[in-house]
Amino acid sequence: MHCEVCQENEATVHLTQIVDGHVKKINMCEACAAKSGLEMKGALSITDILLGLGGVKPAGRPEADRACPRCHMRRADFKKTGRLGCPDCYETFTAELAPMVQSMHHSSQHVGGIPVHEELRVQKTAEIAALQQALDKAVAGENFEEAARLRDRIATCRAQGSAAPEKGDV
Amino acid sequence: MIVDDLLLQPGAWLAPGADTGIVVSSRLRLARNLRDAAFPGWAGEEECEKIWQRLRPILQGLPELAPVVAFGMAELDDLERMILFERHLISNEQAHKGRGSGLVATKDESLSVMVNEEDHLRLQAMSPGLTLRAIWQRINALDHAIEQQVPYAFSVKLGYLTACPTNVGTGLRASTMLHLPGLVLMNELNPVLKGLTKIGLAVRGLWGEGTEATGNLFQISNQITLGDREENIVQHIEQIVLEVVEHERHARARLLERKELVLRDYVGRAYGVLTHAHLLSSKEALDLLSGLRLGIDLGLVPRVDRQAVDRLLLLTQPAHLQKLEAKSLKAKDRDRVRAELVRTQLT
Repeated sequence: MHCEVCQENEATVHLTQIVDGHVKKINMCEACAAKSGLEMKGALSITDILLGLGGVKPAGRPEADRACPRCHMRRADFKKTGRLGCPDCYETFTAELAPMVQSMHHSSQHVGGIPVHEELRVQKTAEIAALQQALDKAVAGENFEEAARLRDRIATCRAQGSAAPEKGDV
Repeated sequence: MIVDDLLLQPGAWLAPGADTGIVVSSRLRLARNLRDAAFPGWAGEEECEKIWQRLRPILQGLPELAPVVAFGMAELDDLERMILFERHLISNEQAHKGRGSGLVATKDESLSVMVNEEDHLRLQAMSPGLTLRAIWQRINALDHAIEQQVPYAFSVKLGYLTACPTNVGTGLRASTMLHLPGLVLMNELNPVLKGLTKIGLAVRGLWGEGTEATGNLFQISNQITLGDREENIVQHIEQIVLEVVEHERHARARLLERKELVLRDYVGRAYGVLTHAHLLSSKEALDLLSGLRLGIDLGLVPRVDRQAVDRLLLLTQPAHLQKLEAKSLKAKDRDRVRAELVRTQLT
């Protein structure tokens, strides 16, 4: 079978996508799949492709001199002081922090109080996690219509979560 | 109100309250940060000053903190900052800060907020006796009042984001100060301390962070702040503290039963030195006051009341002594003034 994109190479990547609720199959060669932003090295999650999250990670700066885009704290600064520069540093240095937090607290998930202005975002995040699980299950069972429905609900939840009113703003 | 006025009252952790025999006091703190600013240690003085100027009026206007007092660290001299430290209103770190940091508190000192210490906001509730659950209600209400006006840094996964990852999650530190002379005298403290450390609790001396346990006073607090609900953390500490209190009670009972003469001698000597000494160092005073306090709890010293002893625990501290004398004193002079104060108060 030939690649449906370049019409030349042998198609070795076979994708099933759902667009507007309709199942669509596409067969590509590895080169065309890579060009379209799909990472072929690891196991490819069809769920990721369905949600448009497939594969390509932005090329980051080398680990050693990575700095927080907001406060410009570098990894070396944090190592020296043991304190972070700003709330965004948790995102920037997540690779180092995640195992550290886990070993300090024997946990990696907050279950305590939530600020009022964050309640909607927390609720939507929990909903998305549950929907994501259902979506994985639907895809595994090749129930693509259900998967499409779940994908739309996830998109709605994402939009609602990010549009949550920030009551606490000053 | 100025810092001097605080000296007219006993300090929130020593104010007369519930049975404060073994559990001297309870303390809770919440670490919070603004979403839109760098943490104080990284922000620089100008940004810290802006944050302090922004937060000060907000905090001063909260009904939860009324009647309110507020001090910018830069407005206070060294001695006044040390007074606030000795009263457990600010940390040692905050006592060494200047412009861009401050303290806002209720006049009775029971509820307070340090601004721009390690985190933008460090809320604290303090009360005598084992009262963690009651003061949780107060600090939680204050937290809710602040978050109505200030957007906190928060992550769905990691909870409240703090400058140091050790405080992330709830940002809650629940701590109690215990007087444990029975366990010390019976040589039974170490296994208890080991047990507490094993279940993830921290044990420190009286004035926190690395100070040794003078006066047989120990602070027990949680270290883990992520992965459990605030109410559970508070309840867990209360439960453990009650167990330690039982151990201390048993140790005291066995002391009376097996070593009554040694115990009476220990208490009597403490009382004797305190009422007759002319030079007393800070550590010696605390250790002797601890002995006297034990004697009072066991009914061996009927003429002295425990609150007088508790007041002296605070008033004999270096900064308080100097403030009472209204002048700076060298160590030797402090020892003389301290001995004089103790003699007057106990006889």
